[in-house]
Amino acid sequence: MNTRMIVDKAVKYILFISAILSIVIVLAIAFFIFQESIQAWREIGVGEMIFKRVWRPGQDQYGILAMIFGSVAVTFGAIVLGVPLALGTAIFLGEIAPVGVRAILRPAVQLLAGIPSVVYGLFGMVVLVPMVREINVPGNSGYGLLAASIVLAVMILPTITSIAEDAIRAVPDSYRSGSLALGATKWQTITQVVLPAGRSGIIAGIILGVGRALGETMAMIMVIGNSVVFPKPLTKNPLTFFLSQARTLTGNIAVEISYATGVHESALFATGVVLFVLIIVVNASARWLISRQSEVQTTRQG
Amino acid sequence: MIEETKLPALLSEEATNRNLKMRSDAQKFWFAATWIFGALTLLILLLVIGYVIIQGGKAVNWEFLSTPPKGGLSGEGGVSTTLGTTLYLVLLTIGISTPLGVGAAIYLIEYAGEQSLTSPILKVLISIANFAVETLAGIPSIIYGLFGYSLFVSALRFGWSLLSASLAGACLVLPTIIRTTEEALLAVPDDYRRGSLALGATKWQTLYKVVLPASLPGIITGIILSVGRVISETAVFFVTLGGSHRLPTSIMDGGRTLALHLYYLAMDTRAFDKAMGTGAVLVVMIILINLIIDFVSRKLTAGLKGR
Repeated sequence: MNTRMIVDKAVKYILFISAILSIVIVLAIAFFIFQESIQAWREIGVGEMIFKRVWRPGQDQYGILAMIFGSVAVTFGAIVLGVPLALGTAIFLGEIAPVGVRAILRPAVQLLAGIPSVVYGLFGMVVLVPMVREINVPGNSGYGLLAASIVLAVMILPTITSIAEDAIRAVPDSYRSGSLALGATKWQTITQVVLPAGRSGIIAGIILGVGRALGETMAMIMVIGNSVVFPKPLTKNPLTFFLSQARTLTGNIAVEISYATGVHESALFATGVVLFVLIIVVNASARWLISRQSEVQTTRQG
Repeated sequence: MIEETKLPALLSEEATNRNLKMRSDAQKFWFAATWIFGALTLLILLLVIGYVIIQGGKAVNWEFLSTPPKGGLSGEGGVSTTLGTTLYLVLLTIGISTPLGVGAAIYLIEYAGEQSLTSPILKVLISIANFAVETLAGIPSIIYGLFGYSLFVSALRFGWSLLSASLAGACLVLPTIIRTTEEALLAVPDDYRRGSLALGATKWQTLYKVVLPASLPGIITGIILSVGRVISETAVFFVTLGGSHRLPTSIMDGGRTLALHLYYLAMDTRAFDKAMGTGAVLVVMIILINLIIDFVSRKLTAGLKGR
């Protein structure tokens, strides 16, 4: 065998190792986070951790239910605010915008995705929080679910918009021509034909947005207030729920990990395990929907 | 079975016109609505960027960029050392992740197909590898932080250091580099490969001398994207880099990036004007990076079309 052939073989194995590295990293992440959390699950108990509301590391109370609820509540708020805007923008980009407008708006959406989360957090602290504070409700500090939901809505906007736009564009043109030929208006074609055909992809975009929202850390720490309380309405008006402070699972980890030791540290890793499992489930369902979408489209086109 | 339904007698012309008008009015309304949504998205971007650059710009001058932060709780000083730390971290992270990511992508695109045929175990491994890349891309950055903290900072005793942070950061950007490189490789026409192989080149020679040069702009796009990711990332480095305001003198030293510095300024010292200034520097860097990516990918598509 000459050198060329030997190099060729050697390179193949080296490349193989780098390809396998991703598997190693995923396994290592799962292993290390889980392994570090075992102590907490053992000493505190699974039920005690997940279903207790009180998190007071000083008194050995490690319930993360308030944080789970905080994460879910702020994600819900972000979805309610962000999805209509994201879908509207995706429909606009995919179906309606003239080429020139699209050439401006698409890079803009991309740029929105690139802005660091601390910048969004800072914008929230300096602009949104003082505005929210103006709402005259006793106990309203400005920091809380409302400000956090607005910030998060903007942060998940690019994710949802770009995936939904891809799904809309992937709908074959024959669908549109068919609908228009039957006398439907363009708008009817969009709502009755294009959106239903791209439904799986659009929903997948929303779900990936949920995953993004659950995982966001620094911007949430900066605007949500971080006090470990179970969010509840400040007055009798149920809407004041969104003025309540909260803490997210991600924030819990980031704020306390640098000084935590022993069971406390392990409990933070357990928080990470809960977050990890949540995200894996959310992302897997999005992936399943996307694969279904492409199946549907290939079978229909074929 | 299709049931025959009795339609009312032919609709009068008047009713048809009314129906058409109603439908086109609805269309006008909703089209206007989506224009408003699009405009709103653009407005949000301009508002955030404009506010940060205009408000933050007041704090930014040469002195701000060239003096180190005072540290402690004062919030005084500039950002010079954090710029340096950011640069070190970007170089280290990209230096670690690029060879690994590009290598993985080459294997998954150029070798996986034929290798899958040789053994069923390899086939399974390759599909798991694809799944793993997908999974990595979805894992939130704080989880990478936790992982980096437990493995690099604690277990391997690297401490809060550039080394720990860049290893954790490399894991974070790996899927980005793999995905963009894969796309770039897929865009290279198969004729290139066949032509080179037909001339007697080995597979690796073909890849090295023909396929990789042709896909270079795409690979560079992935690398620049990752640079942007490292510059704007905070959660991972918050728990692996320590946060010292001094410039690290070795890879075992900790430090703070520009983005981390912004966080500390806003949260610990409440020096919002300096934080805004730091934000303005960050935003300008991200805009520049996006412009470069835009330029490179335009080159890429132009190049492929030209052929």
